Amino acid sequence: MYDTGKIMTGLAAVLVMLTLPFWYSAATGKAVEKHDPVLPKTEKKCVESRQYMRDSHMDLLNRWRDAVVREDRHTYVSQDGTRYEMSLTNTCMKCHVERAQFCDKCHTYMGESPFCWDCHLDRKGVL
Amino acid sequence: MNAFLSLVAVLAVMLAAYVGTGVLDAKFLFGTVLPYAAIATFLIGFIYRIVDWAKSPVPFRIPTTCGQQKSLEWIKSDRLDNPHDTIGVIGRMALEVLCFRSLFRDTKMERHEEATVVYGPGLWLWIGALAFHYSFLVVFVRHLRFFTEPVPYVAVLLQRVDGFFQVGVPPVMASNLFLLAALAFLFARRLWSPQLRYISLASDYFPLFLLIGIAGTGVLLRHFVRTDIVNVKEMAMGLVSFKPAIPKGVHWFFFLHLTLVATLIAYFPFSKLMHAGGVFLSPTRNLANNNRMVRHVNPWNAPVKVHTYEEYEDDFRDKMKAAGLPVEKE
Ligand code: HEC
Ligand code: HEC
Ligand code: HEC
Ligand code: HEM
Repeated sequence: MYDTGKIMTGLAAVLVMLTLPFWYSAATGKAVEKHDPVLPKTEKKCVESRQYMRDSHMDLLNRWRDAVVREDRHTYVSQDGTRYEMSLTNTCMKCHVERAQFCDKCHTYMGESPFCWDCHLDRKGVL
Repeated sequence: MNAFLSLVAVLAVMLAAYVGTGVLDAKFLFGTVLPYAAIATFLIGFIYRIVDWAKSPVPFRIPTTCGQQKSLEWIKSDRLDNPHDTIGVIGRMALEVLCFRSLFRDTKMERHEEATVVYGPGLWLWIGALAFHYSFLVVFVRHLRFFTEPVPYVAVLLQRVDGFFQVGVPPVMASNLFLLAALAFLFARRLWSPQLRYISLASDYFPLFLLIGIAGTGVLLRHFVRTDIVNVKEMAMGLVSFKPAIPKGVHWFFFLHLTLVATLIAYFPFSKLMHAGGVFLSPTRNLANNNRMVRHVNPWNAPVKVHTYEEYEDDFRDKMKAAGLPVEKE
């Protein structure tokens, strides 16, 4: 008894499952679409360097939050000496006005859903 | 010694990845060639192993019977531990694959006082294995966010549930804690018990160290060595759509993670990790115990040339009649 039929069916199912991302990207055709967030037009630079922001903006926000909420410190001095008020709504969102085109766009691409907007507002008063 | 060898091997892989991407900038090699080579090795190797196993015939039913066999109507049979039909086998296999029932049965033998042997349940391996496999599955599914666009809802949902406790930014994933704890336990277990240490081979330690390395670098990537994971996703999407792109601005530390994963994937078909496919092909589990209900004929029995009585009579009918012997057909 060899059960070739059953084994080959199982093998095919497993192989399709394991290579699912390949089929998925072929089916949606969205694999290499660009997902660049829309940058602010009037401003030239962010709080820190662009690469640092891309890598670690969540870490920066976390430190800001701890500083404000736990230590009552409100001013952040960046690497190049510029001073910023440590605030999600008042600072980040002042420049990055279009949240949907900036933060959300990138987060959706990465399957992230930060829960900050449960409480914090963007500049348009949207949670 | 075995453990030490495996550790050196894993560290060598990491060192190669560091030199290749941190010092030499061979990102095409480590970001494109290596992943594709690993995936190809995995697919070909996996198919080869399964086909090889499928070629071994199973002429007779040899399930391990751990309960009452099906016989008379009024004797209660154990459908799961001595299945007599396909439904029973499916139930048995499902419990085996999803709940690791054989590991649950693990027993521990200890000598108490003078020559007294005591048997008891040994559940730790079962618990450790369950914790490891399920947290690995969760991590695996969550990683789909790097390989799919749009990201399927299950991956997003799983991520939210996993980060339910909202500790830290980005949130700590509960599955990562379980994964690391389970791997640490599965490793410590081998060192702890002298018997286990004695039978542990380098090929037992190597996958463990690889997995510890992968989970360790992954957790470090998430919480301590931040890198531009949007570019990581662009690289991954390039791989799955066969338009590979070399990522810009990605820290070399990410390549330690990726190279260890590639090593694991390529190593998979040649190692004990093939138990993932093998468990489905275990004849002691996946066969119904119906030896007494169905006649199983060995398919490669040499054809025996038989000469039936009817043929014999045909050959000698005249002579038999002449000798006055009774014949069946006139
Ligand atoms: C003064 C205006 C300003 C403020 C305040 C500001 N940003 Fe920016 N941000 C920018 C600009 C301009 C860029 C584009 C930088 C460049 O091109 O070098 C940018 C880039 C970024 C990027 C990288 C986007 C990309 O795709 O490269 C991220 C992430 C980001 N900002 C997040 C934040 C967060 C989080 C905050 C609050 C902590 C913040 N920004 C505050 C103006 C600002
Ligand atoms: C260039 C893409 C990009 C942009 C633009 C961006 N983010 Fe993010 N953000 C990410 C990625 C990727 C993560 C996930 C990091 C991880 O999982 O390690 C993240 C995570 C976070 C987190 C951590 C929470 C979590 O669930 O992981 C916060 C908070 C956050 N982003 C806030 C913002 C805000 C506010 C903005 C807009 C001002 C913004 N981000 C814009 C890419 C981006
Ligand atoms: C449960 C509601 C809640 C959630 C969710 C929440 N915050 Fe806050 N956050 C607050 C409150 C309340 C304060 C204090 C405001 C004050 O003192 O003015 C605050 C303050 C802050 C501050 C400093 C003050 C300011 O104006 O921004 C930062 C930065 C911050 N939070 C970032 C975050 C980030 C990033 C997230 C998501 C990872 C987040 N918060 C999620 C409630 C929340
Ligand atoms: C066997 C397969 C793999 C395992 C077990 C594994 C394991 C892990 C673990 C445990 C983490 C910690 C954080 C988290 O869970 O999100 C992690 C993070 C990460 N992994 Fe993997 N990984 C695997 C494959 C890959 C592959 C193929 C890639 C390439 C795209 C990758 C890229 C990453 C990145 C970029 C992070 C950081 C995530 C973040 O910052 O949030 N991993 N990995």
